[in-house]
Amino acid sequence: MSENTDSGRSDEVEAAGQSEHWVRDWFRRSWGTSKGTGGFRFEAAIYLGTAAFFAVVLAIYWFTSYEGGGAVMLLFTVCLGLLPGSYMFFWSRRMKKRPEDRLDAEVDDGVGPVGSFPDQSVWPFVLGISIGFCALGLVFGPWLGLVGGIGAFCAVAGVTMESRRGGNI
Amino acid sequence: MTLLDDRPAILVDEPEHHHEGPSGLYQWITSTDHKVIGKSYLYTSIVFFLLAGLMALMIRTQLIMPNNTFGSQQTYDELFTMHGSLMMYLFAGPFAFAGFANLIIPIQVGAPDMAFPRLNLLSYWLYLSGGLILVGGFFVSGGAADFGWVAYAPLSGIIRSPGAGPDMWIAGLILTGFSAIFTGINLVTTIFYLRAPGMTMFRIPIFSWNMLVTAILILIAFPVLTSALVMLYADRHLGTHFFTVVGGGVPVLWQNLFWFFGHPEVYILALPYFGIVTEILPVFSRKPVFSYKGLVFATLLIAGLSTGVWAHHMFTTGVVLLPFFAGMSYLIAVPTGLKFFAWIGTMWRGHLTFETPMLFAIGFLVVFLLGGLSGVILAAPPIDFFVHDTYYVVAHFHEVLIGTAVLGGFGGFYYWYPKFTGRMLREPLGQTHFVMLIVGFLLQTMPQYVLGLEGMPRRIATYTVAEHWTTLNVISSCGGYLIGLSFAVWLVNLWISWRHPILAGDDPWGGHTLEWATTSPPPHHNFYSIPPIRSERPTWDMNHEEPPPGSDVQGPTGITVR
Repeated sequence: MSENTDSGRSDEVEAAGQSEHWVRDWFRRSWGTSKGTGGFRFEAAIYLGTAAFFAVVLAIYWFTSYEGGGAVMLLFTVCLGLLPGSYMFFWSRRMKKRPEDRLDAEVDDGVGPVGSFPDQSVWPFVLGISIGFCALGLVFGPWLGLVGGIGAFCAVAGVTMESRRGGNI
Repeated sequence: MTLLDDRPAILVDEPEHHHEGPSGLYQWITSTDHKVIGKSYLYTSIVFFLLAGLMALMIRTQLIMPNNTFGSQQTYDELFTMHGSLMMYLFAGPFAFAGFANLIIPIQVGAPDMAFPRLNLLSYWLYLSGGLILVGGFFVSGGAADFGWVAYAPLSGIIRSPGAGPDMWIAGLILTGFSAIFTGINLVTTIFYLRAPGMTMFRIPIFSWNMLVTAILILIAFPVLTSALVMLYADRHLGTHFFTVVGGGVPVLWQNLFWFFGHPEVYILALPYFGIVTEILPVFSRKPVFSYKGLVFATLLIAGLSTGVWAHHMFTTGVVLLPFFAGMSYLIAVPTGLKFFAWIGTMWRGHLTFETPMLFAIGFLVVFLLGGLSGVILAAPPIDFFVHDTYYVVAHFHEVLIGTAVLGGFGGFYYWYPKFTGRMLREPLGQTHFVMLIVGFLLQTMPQYVLGLEGMPRRIATYTVAEHWTTLNVISSCGGYLIGLSFAVWLVNLWISWRHPILAGDDPWGGHTLEWATTSPPPHHNFYSIPPIRSERPTWDMNHEEPPPGSDVQGPTGITVR
């Protein structure tokens, strides 16, 4: 009697063990806790957490007020969290931990190209002022918008060519 | 363009490495170095702050006696509108999330620059041209915008606010809105992608954490404002009817859209300054920050909750869900209280010294506590019905905003000024500035609570003798003048530091975070060498590896070694 019960229980444990592993494996796969991956974990969590938080707020708000305007804004806030969050989540499962994700990284671990940083450029100034003229066109008439538009076009072209040349002016 | 081949660690042994580049005005216009852009932001926003402060002094002069005719009703309306707009959009926000963030964040996380330097420069020029357009409203016929900084819908329509001034207000805000969004993107990317090795997310300083959360809040809130402004412009000139009852629109929709931006905006203004104070307190208490993860958690929670409370500004419209918004507003007090607990815990039994930044930080604690508590009171709908649109509300948000943006912000200015200029500010003048500022500010604001409870409405140009509001208004105005004088002291301090510099050295305060490990001012791409990062205060670890045995100094843990 007791043996039967025991064996039955161990079978149950085995069956349940599979499901336990399934959850744990899924969690490890999803969050990159398995060996070798897991860069971006917190970064993804921040954005996905934003989405989750506002999903809860949206649910509470909608079912207590049935008010459209606020609900739409909250819905788009959820989307704002999901979009970059899911991108980073995707990569966190597939990329190695970067030196800045590891607690024990040495400064030398980060040696290598960091990125390209333009030293100086006159085009952002031209672009900013031109867009300023476009905005003034809203007030004083389209001709100012035309002036600003030409300036903005030149600036965008200039900044693009600058990048293509890959050099500082 | 520089392709940065090596991490800054390789730049060691090059202390004479000076970056060749343009100088003078052309450098200020074209440099994409985050330090130059940060300084441009800082000084520009301070100019706007002083302008808005002058407007505030004119407002207080108008209110100093009953039936005053210092300015007309129209001038008064323009003054309080532009005072609010300049302070909110052009000073308090950009001062921290563009000025200090640009200057400090890349150095604090160990990055060579912001992630998108040219986008960063573009956002500065958008900010400046937007700001100039906003101020330019004073120089067009009909005067500047006069509908309050919130621009409520029927009043801001073309019928009740004709003329070019309101349009310039809208155009300027669209530009500064885009500038803020670009800065937000830049900050998030810098903190996510350009940290130094070993600088994990839970090791970046609290200021950087707060700026990250602020940047995400910017991305949530500012697009709503920009789209609402475009809708308002379309209502005024393109014949749409979003906010006009005539064509089937809903005026209160403007309030919903505006405050969905406007309340997170309050925390966009507050969180960076919380971060600054959290940097200052541990340094001048000679202790590590108390409850690092608690502070991060509280910041995230404040940011989340602040986006769900927008309609507590609209209780009296009668069309909002009172229990939801009152409840959410009360909830914000919990993480904010957590922060106060952590700040007091940081100072508890520390070796406190009261240099100017510390004085400003403590002033922040006091003033923000007063403003925060009156905010909790205002979150109760019955009380809000009673004091809505009175001077009680004016006193409340001035305590919140001056507590954060002015006391916190100028505390940060005194704290980081040695870092970004390499010079010290004079201590006695700084302390005089603080004492005059806080005395003047409390004199100005505390009577306003009473005035509000006595029923004085906000945005009125004058009042009669019969209401007996004169005495309190005189006290309040005198406080305002004292604040103005205190900033004269601050300008003198700057001038002395400019003409007779005292060199600061790399680490005048005994700082904890990475910016104090580099030179003052920092070199091009910020570091000659980065110390190993093993905790949230790498510079402290670098300077205190082995405390002398038997001496009464602090070890790496911050606990006194005896």
